[in-house]
Amino acid sequence: MAVDREKLLGMYTTMVTIRQFEGRVAELFATGKIPGFVHLYIGEEAVATGVCAHLRRDDFITSTHRGHGHLIAKGGDPRLMMAELFGKRTGYCKGKGGSMHIADVELGILGANGIVGGGPPIAAGAALSARYRGTDQVVACFFGDGAANQGTFHEAANLAAIWKLPVVFVCENNHYGISLHQGKHMAVADVADRARAYDMPGVAVDGMDVMAVYEAAGEAVKRARAGDGPSLIECKTYRFRGHFEGDPEVYRSRDEVAEWQKRDPIATFRARLLEMQVLTEDKVRAIDEAARARIDEAVSFAEGSPLPEFEELFEDVYA
Amino acid sequence: MATEVQVRTLTCAQALNEALKQEMRRDPAIYVAGEDVARYGGIFGVTAGLLEEFGEERVRDTPITESAIIGSAVGAAATGLRPVVELMFVDFIGVALDQLFNQAAKMRYMFGGKARLPLVLRTQCGGGMSAAAQHSQCLEAWFMHVPGLKVAVPSTPYDAKGLLVTAIRDDNPVVFIEHKMLYGVEGNVPEEPYAIPFGQADIKREGADVTVVATMLMVHKALAAAEQLSADGISVEVIDPRTLTPLDEDTIVESVRKTHRLVIVHEEVKRAGSGAEIAAVVAERALDYLDAPVQRVAAPFTPVPFSPPLEQRFIPDVPDIVKAVKAVVAA
Ligand SMILES: Cc1ncc(C[n+]2csc(CCOP(=O)(O)OP(=O)(O)O)c2C)c(N)n1
Ligand SMILES: [Mg+2]
Repeated sequence: MAVDREKLLGMYTTMVTIRQFEGRVAELFATGKIPGFVHLYIGEEAVATGVCAHLRRDDFITSTHRGHGHLIAKGGDPRLMMAELFGKRTGYCKGKGGSMHIADVELGILGANGIVGGGPPIAAGAALSARYRGTDQVVACFFGDGAANQGTFHEAANLAAIWKLPVVFVCENNHYGISLHQGKHMAVADVADRARAYDMPGVAVDGMDVMAVYEAAGEAVKRARAGDGPSLIECKTYRFRGHFEGDPEVYRSRDEVAEWQKRDPIATFRARLLEMQVLTEDKVRAIDEAARARIDEAVSFAEGSPLPEFEELFEDVYA
Repeated sequence: MATEVQVRTLTCAQALNEALKQEMRRDPAIYVAGEDVARYGGIFGVTAGLLEEFGEERVRDTPITESAIIGSAVGAAATGLRPVVELMFVDFIGVALDQLFNQAAKMRYMFGGKARLPLVLRTQCGGGMSAAAQHSQCLEAWFMHVPGLKVAVPSTPYDAKGLLVTAIRDDNPVVFIEHKMLYGVEGNVPEEPYAIPFGQADIKREGADVTVVATMLMVHKALAAAEQLSADGISVEVIDPRTLTPLDEDTIVESVRKTHRLVIVHEEVKRAGSGAEIAAVVAERALDYLDAPVQRVAAPFTPVPFSPPLEQRFIPDVPDIVKAVKAVVAA
């Protein structure tokens, strides 16, 4: 698949930005600056990046509790994200949502979600709306392997199939739902097989390879935009950190983590781009530094922002 | 040789864990299931060690399928087992509500008494961890509103153990709600199994001037408020209902007849919270005894906010209780 250099560089930059954002969040959480629960996306950057590379600004996504990567890939502003994680009034949700609820409706980001499986029916609804309003917008619905067992996923997949809704269901199969390995939570090896039950295309791809994700998502987005209905893409991936920050990770071995880390999606993509001469060592450094500067700025913005006032508690309950 | 009464200190989480283990040793029909309850021992550690002692048949990690977790407990309970299943956060009941309120709660009645549903749904509630709007709610009133369900809301390690034992031995579906900020709270817990009957409130502190009815975390805050108020010469009686269904109306009503003043404290939102029922009971049975309007100290009618300063203000605190008590005393 021929992909132009700008696109490739853009995807690489997105992945680096996600990695650095998440790395900084881990530090800030450890020092107590970020409260609540945070679920990091480190290791899974290729998935959001490869999918969102096909989305327009006016397309939609539904995200999950592990949503920072989806937001950045869809064009979210790290400053507003960081401020939200700090609980500041300048954040995306005025400090009311935090990590599990970050949303930017103007960018088509219909929210991270604290409920596993909360997203798929909402994705179907946004897709219904796109058709209803006569647009060719599409919806990418991110969900985990664990969420693939919730009734909501199956109900939404069926609805999207019978109504030919423009949804791309993207299963981020990182092989665990908290402590439970996929082998113990579902009887099939490939979530992609479940597409057949709803008569939609289903493919399993290497989620550590951004180009593989990009290619599969290209097909699915094209199909959705053309009005030919939903698809399911399963991306086999792995989270390098615990389920949430502070997870003792008693359920997996260091060796298993190390094995997957050898397939780090950023390192492998970088090597490939260097080989293709899309990247140079200088450019790699420049991208790293630019991402770092962006995250630094996001942190200063968050730190310098005010906390919400008590009266704001009562705002936005109703329209 | 004189028998020594062993006084031990356990956390709420340890007390619950001990109740589970002792009951499982006693009755092989009991099994435990839920998300991350086996190998991980529960995300708050309540089911730690169960898998090692009782094995995979009786201690089951489930997929993330709350509807099937609760629904399968209904089917198992109706056919002779005694499931104790865990809903990781009470907020997730939305995913599974039908299996609880249309199936578990009504089956016996609809079948003309020909089914028994000895199941326990253990779950966890409350704010205090900046876990935001979908991981911090207090929803006791939802369960109280459904005939056929019993609702336990322990506040101390002693009560937690004794109430869980009763819940497990009860032949009805019990929603057993634990507060996340209480898991680490310590207290004396006897080692031998004991059962605390449902529908028996506990007077956590005796007093003469004002009755404060509080649940879960708010019991501790009410006790702290009572301590402060005693310095001002106000004697507060703190009552913990311990179960909301059945509700020990008599203990509450008797106390109000004595103190003539009532303050109700809970972490649920005020509107249609469990306190509304308690206030109504007192209005029906002891209105003439009241010297002041009933006061409710509860969360405001908003979702639970994420940002710590907002969440701190959202959750009722000791000064709010002190203020309400002073208001009913002044009235
Ligand atoms: C309805 C519901 N059940 C349980 C949880 C608790 N929980 C949060 S994340 C998670 C695991 C989700 O696994 P998966 O869908 O594979 O996503 P991953 O965390 O691996 O990205 C669980 C059980 C929840 N938030 N919502
Ligand atoms: Mg997973």
